[in-house]
Amino acid sequence: MDWIDGAIDQLLPSGFWQIACKASDDYQGVMTLIDLANPTKFLTLTARVLPWLAAATAILLVVGLYQSAMAPDDYQQGATVKIMFIHVPNAWLSMLVWGVMSLAALGTLVWRHPLADVAAKAAAPIGAAFTFLALVTGSLWGRPMWGTYWEWDARLTSVLILFLMYLGLIALWRAVEDPSRAARAAAILTLVGAINLPIIKFSVDWWNTLHQPASVMRMGGPTLDRAFLMPLLVMAIGFSLLFVTLHLAAMRNEILRRRVRSLQMMQASQRAA
Amino acid sequence: MALGPYTSFIVTSYALVAAVVATLIVWIAIDYRHQRARLHDLEAGGVVRRSGRGAADIR
Repeated sequence: MDWIDGAIDQLLPSGFWQIACKASDDYQGVMTLIDLANPTKFLTLTARVLPWLAAATAILLVVGLYQSAMAPDDYQQGATVKIMFIHVPNAWLSMLVWGVMSLAALGTLVWRHPLADVAAKAAAPIGAAFTFLALVTGSLWGRPMWGTYWEWDARLTSVLILFLMYLGLIALWRAVEDPSRAARAAAILTLVGAINLPIIKFSVDWWNTLHQPASVMRMGGPTLDRAFLMPLLVMAIGFSLLFVTLHLAAMRNEILRRRVRSLQMMQASQRAA
Repeated sequence: MALGPYTSFIVTSYALVAAVVATLIVWIAIDYRHQRARLHDLEAGGVVRRSGRGAADIR
């Protein structure tokens, strides 16, 4: 990534696309949008932000877990409603992460942003984990409520397809050695896979499914009682922050991995010479 | 806090989420240490970036 660092520094004057955004009080100067395209500056910013993000995530999840534990039983579902507080955030994030990866795919294909494919590659395993958790917790919730762990209805099947697409994308990244070549193929696959997102979201409206329709993000507002809605929202924000934290950390790792690869290639060429 | 007849489903769900999230955190932390160690090894072997800056020095 050395050449990218240098090229960006040379091509664009400092102060270009300035935004009044200070990362922290001791961060020298005003941050520019283009700073985030520079891997070295991105790493510096990540090192400063990660501890705060991790702390905020931990606090929110502890508060959310406490509220979830204290939430009353549902009059129909009893205590199994507590599974909702972890199932729903994971289900939301399974789609949100693919949305983030789709934006990153556009960044790779259209703007060739140096960090776009790093962002997409780093997000895929995290998204796969959230999708896996959404499927399994949904299954564990379904057994006592529906009488079955699994049903091939539109919502469950479309989320399973999303999970398989995550695995396919991870396999593609691993199969192609050159990251830039893998990035383009993965970006196209990601954008094609984004077609599945509205299918997942509206599957409960378009088809007759065992899965219930939307009860939070719907026209007319949430139908959930406040006693369930508040813990759910706190957990959803906590899990979202968890994703941001893990994603930034995974992006940092990916940048370092590419530097290792670049140095290894330099070492190999030096030895050959 | 009584969880009723479906305690095992609820506890398994929360335990699984905790296990997967913990695995993600540990995996990312180990990967970070691993990449930094590889960069240090390469730089100790005399391979440096064209900019001359330390590849693992991000602070």
